[in-house]
Amino acid sequence: MLGKNLKQLSEALNKKEISSAELTQFYLDRIAKYDGEIRAYNYVNPNVLDQAKAVDAKRAKGEALPAYAGIPMALKDLIIQKDMPATCSSRILEGFVPPFQGTAAGLLEDAGFLCLGKLSMDEFAMGSSNETAYYKQTRNPWDTAKVPGGSSGGSAASVAAGLTTFALGSDTGGSIRQPASLCGIVGMKPTYGRVSRFGLIAFASSLDQIGPMTSSIYDNAAVLSVIGRYDKKDSTCFNTPEADYTKYLTGDVKGMKIGVPKEYFAEGITQEVRDAVNGAIKAYEAMGCEIVEISMPHTEYAVATYYILATAEASSNLGRYDGIRFGYRAEADNLKDMYYKTRSEGFGDEVKRRIMLGTYVLSAGYYDAYYIKAQKVRTLIKQDFVQAFEKVDAIICPTSPTTAFKAGEKMNDPLQMYLSDINTISLNLYGGCGLSMPCGFDKDGMPIGVQLLGKYFDEGRLYNLAYAYEQQAKLPVMPEKLK
Amino acid sequence: MSETVSKQDVMHIATLARLQFDDETAERFKNDLNNILGYIDKLNELNTDNIEPTSHALDVYTVTRPDKAAASLSNEDALKNSASTENGCFRVPKVIE
Repeated sequence: MLGKNLKQLSEALNKKEISSAELTQFYLDRIAKYDGEIRAYNYVNPNVLDQAKAVDAKRAKGEALPAYAGIPMALKDLIIQKDMPATCSSRILEGFVPPFQGTAAGLLEDAGFLCLGKLSMDEFAMGSSNETAYYKQTRNPWDTAKVPGGSSGGSAASVAAGLTTFALGSDTGGSIRQPASLCGIVGMKPTYGRVSRFGLIAFASSLDQIGPMTSSIYDNAAVLSVIGRYDKKDSTCFNTPEADYTKYLTGDVKGMKIGVPKEYFAEGITQEVRDAVNGAIKAYEAMGCEIVEISMPHTEYAVATYYILATAEASSNLGRYDGIRFGYRAEADNLKDMYYKTRSEGFGDEVKRRIMLGTYVLSAGYYDAYYIKAQKVRTLIKQDFVQAFEKVDAIICPTSPTTAFKAGEKMNDPLQMYLSDINTISLNLYGGCGLSMPCGFDKDGMPIGVQLLGKYFDEGRLYNLAYAYEQQAKLPVMPEKLK
Repeated sequence: MSETVSKQDVMHIATLARLQFDDETAERFKNDLNNILGYIDKLNELNTDNIEPTSHALDVYTVTRPDKAAASLSNEDALKNSASTENGCFRVPKVIE
């Protein structure tokens, strides 16, 4: 069942070659066998097998079923699935069971998907290695001494290890693309406003976006076709026409103009990553694309800009964790002490660091110097993209400067950890779409990812480009030892 | 590197954010923040005098809807995640000012 895409799985179910219960049991068995070491799941749905059997019963009766009825998938643990714990991998959300359904999970449910469980992540999506998780620090399936990336590390690792068909992640500064790159899978950050954020627990509201993490381009396009819908419950969700992105997978990319920004190949990008990405660029050239050198001069300011804007928004968003209405509550004699104790005991160090930084840049006397300044630089970074897309159809570059690093290696140096997102952060500030896919391996056999960046609502073009490369590169998307 | 944030500042910001730190952690956070703020200083290389700030990537409009009552969470559902409730309300420790 591994290696079958969603269309093939759906056909196999419809032809009754397999049952939903068998398919679901297959993944539950793999989780039981491998997740002790991978540590991707915060929560496994105890009812999923019964839900699968119910789908089988309906199918046996010949009832009309949605396209993906009975196919299991999993969600990053900040995406709300009604009645299933949502922790954000934080102690402060201990015991929280959402009483409402999030839009993305609801759309998947309407399409027939079953939720296998919730996947570990960096606490509140703040991290690039999954090491800030309070419950489970996920490891990389290709080498469990190494990190899977973050913050959607559990999502990336579960897909790479075959512990789910696909997963949803979220991307604020690279949190889908960087772990996808480090785990050798496909990850798409859709355009800001493409997927509803209703039911996505907020980190930085002007940057957050949900997206699919899959083992193939086809699956990624198919899942975005399901979740990329207008939702009146999110006022920043755009009312764009519904689309079937699998229609873009033609293999024909002739005449497409692809920009190579020199700033994304700066110091710090390892030679192996450069070589692999250059290989992908050559492949596009051979397929008839025109490769154009471009410059995006404000790229070097993106990380600094991001760590002002994202932390400012986070410090405000995380104000809601007060111990009163949900999650962890520390005992205290009076209300004020309860706030202090609940938040100090409930949040981990990285979350506190970002709340502190965000509070500082928004505080009296510093607001203009930091926050407004960063908003102005965001304008310049956005203009770099607008100008680039006047010349080219898409941009190609490395996703991550390095392959997966050893667990513990960067945990004592927050700034070094932040710089691992140097090639993904600018796109969130601009708001366009971006996809990471495998393009090779380093000498230790760790995956290398290449990133395609697109203009607003141009996901179809990225899928077209990505599919053409995937079909000819034919790279393995999961480690041999886990097959 | 110059010290942008003092330990006193750390304590002040912590109060604003409703967080508490012991002495050792406050010292560590002071160093972390100064490190990060030192890096962030590179934004001052750019002249942004005539640049408009961007708060959202794409234009965001206020979305309105008719003012009609619709189904919402029940009182029971809204309270069920709270550590302490009483008579259909959230219960909190006493407030002293």
